Amino acid sequence: MKRVLAMLVENKPGALARVVGLFHQRGYNIESLNVAPVDDGSYSRLTVSTRGTESAVEQIMKQINKLIDIIKVADLTEGEHHELELALIKLGKIKDLKSIKKKIKPLNGKVIKNDSSSCVLSVTGTSIDINNLIKSLKRNKIIETVRSGSIGLHESNKTLTI
Amino acid sequence: MKLSGGDMLLRALREEGVKFIFGYPGGAALHIYDAIFRQKKIEHILVRHEQGATHAADGYARATGKPGVVFVTSGPGATNAITGLATAFMDSIPLVVISGQVASHLIGTDSFQETDMMGVSRPIVKHSYLVQKTEDIPAIISEAFHVATTGRPGPVVIDIPKDITAPENKFEYKKPVKVNLRSYQPKIHPHPGQIKKAAKAILSSERPVIYAGGGAIISNASKQLKALNKILNIPVTNTLMGLGSYPAKDKHFMGMLGMHGTYQANMAMHKADLILAIGARFDDRITNTPSKFAPDARIIHIDVDPASISKIINADIPIVGQVKESLDALIKEIKRSKIKIDSEAIGKWNKQITEWTQLHGLDHEMYLKKSKSKMIKPQEVVQQIYQATKGDAYVTSDVGQHQMFAAQYYHFNKPRRWINSGGLGTMGFGLPAAMGVKLAFPKKEVVCITGEGSIQMCIQELSTCLQYGLPVKIININNQALGMVRQWQDMQYSGRYAASTYEESLPDFVKLAEAYGHKGFKVTQRNKLGPTLEKVFRMKDKLVFVDVYVDQSEHVYPMLVAPNGSMEDMWLSKGKKA
Ligand SMILES: Cc1ncc(C[n+]2csc(CCOP(=O)(O)OP(=O)(O)O)c2C)c(N)n1
Ligand SMILES: [Mg+2]
Repeated sequence: MKRVLAMLVENKPGALARVVGLFHQRGYNIESLNVAPVDDGSYSRLTVSTRGTESAVEQIMKQINKLIDIIKVADLTEGEHHELELALIKLGKIKDLKSIKKKIKPLNGKVIKNDSSSCVLSVTGTSIDINNLIKSLKRNKIIETVRSGSIGLHESNKTLTI
Repeated sequence: MKLSGGDMLLRALREEGVKFIFGYPGGAALHIYDAIFRQKKIEHILVRHEQGATHAADGYARATGKPGVVFVTSGPGATNAITGLATAFMDSIPLVVISGQVASHLIGTDSFQETDMMGVSRPIVKHSYLVQKTEDIPAIISEAFHVATTGRPGPVVIDIPKDITAPENKFEYKKPVKVNLRSYQPKIHPHPGQIKKAAKAILSSERPVIYAGGGAIISNASKQLKALNKILNIPVTNTLMGLGSYPAKDKHFMGMLGMHGTYQANMAMHKADLILAIGARFDDRITNTPSKFAPDARIIHIDVDPASISKIINADIPIVGQVKESLDALIKEIKRSKIKIDSEAIGKWNKQITEWTQLHGLDHEMYLKKSKSKMIKPQEVVQQIYQATKGDAYVTSDVGQHQMFAAQYYHFNKPRRWINSGGLGTMGFGLPAAMGVKLAFPKKEVVCITGEGSIQMCIQELSTCLQYGLPVKIININNQALGMVRQWQDMQYSGRYAASTYEESLPDFVKLAEAYGHKGFKVTQRNKLGPTLEKVFRMKDKLVFVDVYVDQSEHVYPMLVAPNGSMEDMWLSKGKKA
């Protein structure tokens, strides 16, 4: 089952390597990973998507928590949460801009650039939404895709803060 | 007063109460070594290989409960320390390993003797630091000691680039304030609700077992363990790491459990209706096939490390906290409880254990008195050592059959007396560990029970022992083979001894010991064993190496049947299953 884990990590050298290394050491996969400093910049917020049974995820969370630089960790998928991913998609020259615009509209899509050689789109949505969009664009020539990986936070009253 | 990085380092270590540093110098560490020269309070022990330094510091830590400190240089010095770091990590031993690193501006350029120590050691340390500013040294040292020694202890690496300790760069030494990390707050006291549940479960059980591991020793909880069982009177078993946490001479002690545990301990675990796991982690050398583990037992698991709980075996009542504090709370709760343990059921259970012991328990007479064998049996060597040292020695060991025989036949009545690499199983651990113990307790008897395979992995430390006058006793149980490997080859590979013998290439250990300036004896006859050992242990200020030739065909039993066995599936002797 897919899990989205959120963590607060001290902004110290090597801290990210410890988290990533741990997944590998303990035999878990990272499907996507997103990281950036938040608040006063003294720590970063990580979002990791992974797959595993309930007990496997419980074990990986305990192991993550054991890392000295980890301040907090939570499994967002345990309850209601918001999850979003950003993707940039570069297409080859397109004939029908209107239909593309229609497709990306539900994903807050924008046409960042469109000229005679290529067209660059930006979209945001859940990972599944983006997967589906990419599938639906198959008839166009997709030159390049980049995805931020999921980021997420709890529903309104639950938080992961210091 | 302003201090250089090197002087700051030594001062910070002194403030942590460090008495010994085990180490080996080299280019990147020379500023630090010069700072050692400028002070007198901390003694530096020059080993002969960095692996020896880490094991010696580790032995010191296990025997004293205080962190061991190691200095190594960059590159090969750092990588030579890796085995010792992994050994300490697996057994939760507090070490602070300080490695020199190439100068900051050279990092990342493949410069001479550059190894990414932070990267190489990452999966086998509790935490690590790269020092980036000289002024940070006091704070980093105090944080490192805090991390290494609290919660579930473990080794910490501090990598210091050479420029950071340069004598010309001096800074004000700022005494660090008390360490308080927002990201690291290990739990000490257990949850009272869980303690209540545990007490109730224990008091309503009919076939309970106490299964105590290394955590009971690390947490200094022997007194609590004894006090708890004074009330309960239930059978107790120890893991390899937990030996000594509960006195072996107590009538409720069943001996070690697991792979080479006693028949009664393994049977008791399998048939129990309640297992109280204390600072033990359900290692695969204990549980055998996890799905067949203790089918009828409810599990109470006390551990300071939440990640150890329900990792292998699901705990019905998890208790996160220090073993000592948790047992204190449990004892209080049991005393207060209105439920009384069913003493009739417990009496019946204890009787069952006695029957198992009588049926297939280790025969502590067989080798010593009854044996008609001309050849010396390895078990008897351990028994004779026990007698000659009156059971009161610090015993270090290596890895293999001799280690298991030592665990089975040397009865440990006190904690921190049995010093061995349980988790990683590191051959070469025994001799350097014995050096660390002897430095900590110069007046106590320190014995290294080893094998001719293992001892050769760190034999160079005999030289260190001469330099610092460390009269440990080395008893080499010489079966002329990598005995444990050979045993597996007997049992699983029809006796095909691939690379487990030395073909007449063993050194003359007596001459070897003498070449290093020590005393050596060789024993091949049974009737000479006792008298030789008596003599050896009277030679108080000499390191003595006793090379005892033993029966090569001996196996360690009992042995859990694997794969797919449960804890009641045991080999009891060659070809005979329980
Ligand atoms: C560094 C290391 N290498 C390999 C092993 C695998 N191993 C475990 S026991 C053993 C044999 C040890 O031989 P010896 O020290 O003579 O002890 P014996 O079993 O003969 O008593 C070996 C090779 C190990 N534990 N450690
Ligand atoms: Mg051997």
